[in-house]
Amino acid sequence: MKELSLNILDIAQNSVKAGASLIEILLTETPETLTIRIVDNGCGMTAAQVESVMDPFFTTRTTRSVGLGVPLLKLAAEQTGGSVEIVSSAQAEDHGTAVTALFNKNHIDFTPLGDIISTVTALIQGAPGIDWQFVHSRGGDAVTLDTRELRAVLGDVPMDQYDVMQWIGEYLREGYAALPACE
Amino acid sequence: MKSLAELAAIREKMKDKVILREGSGEIRVVVGMATCGIAAGARPVLNAFVEGVNKEGLAEKVTVSQTGCIGVCQFEPVVEVFEADKEKVTYIKMTPEKAAEVIEKHLKGGKVIADYTITKALA
Ligand SMILES: Nc1ncnc2c1ncn2[C@@H]1O[C@H](COP(=O)(O)OP(=O)(O)OP(=O)(O)O)[C@@H](O)[C@H]1O
Ligand code: FES
Ligand SMILES: [Mg+2]
Repeated sequence: MKELSLNILDIAQNSVKAGASLIEILLTETPETLTIRIVDNGCGMTAAQVESVMDPFFTTRTTRSVGLGVPLLKLAAEQTGGSVEIVSSAQAEDHGTAVTALFNKNHIDFTPLGDIISTVTALIQGAPGIDWQFVHSRGGDAVTLDTRELRAVLGDVPMDQYDVMQWIGEYLREGYAALPACE
Repeated sequence: MKSLAELAAIREKMKDKVILREGSGEIRVVVGMATCGIAAGARPVLNAFVEGVNKEGLAEKVTVSQTGCIGVCQFEPVVEVFEADKEKVTYIKMTPEKAAEVIEKHLKGGKVIADYTITKALA
């Protein structure tokens, strides 16, 4: 992938497919690192599934036998000396999955984050009925978006209405304009 | 600054409008957003359709949605256009520029751009 924001889009689609009702996308930067966490309350995976999901020859899909999403994220992280960890539960009480990817930003093979705003709007457009929480923190400040807060104001106006989508894009752009460029 | 008050205004405005639910339009544009599609550039293509359809005033007629694997990795980004009583049109190797053309000629003008279709590629 050319941008890490594309990996995020792809990995978060797994959470949508897992039937999550809330998906959190949490980006945390230090001067040296970027941590990407994608946390969902979807159906989760068994320990054996988690183990094999890191391996490109695992997928529960039938249309094609090789799942590439997680391995691509892992590759992007590991090539910077970072790593990917998946914690998941398929138990009824606490089902869900947390994918955490750590990157060394200053490594020559670090892929830029790219257009994260387009990723957030594409995710909301694709799954407007579920709730999304986005937090990007850096330098003691953060850009945040929580669709639950928006929904409280919007009532039954769907999140993927064009006016709403535009508001979200503009809101995030303003948030980033106010965020310190680095630590 | 963007405020929640603006969202409240959008809600007010929408109150009298019939809200279009996904798939209720006459034309459905579906963008393939599996890993391979995303890697090949599906995100800007999706954006181009969402923005273009609204800017051209086609929102009443056209809904834009996303799907996973369409099964033709080598042709990604792939976009399918569904229209009642018509055969599905599959556009391949899409770009935002081609999307703008599809909006203009096909969605607005009713003319399929044969050159961009999978039928043409396989012929
Ligand atoms: N958040 C999640 N919740 C539940 N299952 C998951 C989650 N993430 C991944 N999986 C499981 O792991 C499999 C592999 O995921 P991966 O993204 O690598 O490939 P894929 O989605 O099957 O295919 P693609 O290459 O199109 O992404 C998925 O098919 C799914 O069964
Ligand atoms: S995985 Fe590429 S089109 Fe399905
Ligand atoms: Mg996937």
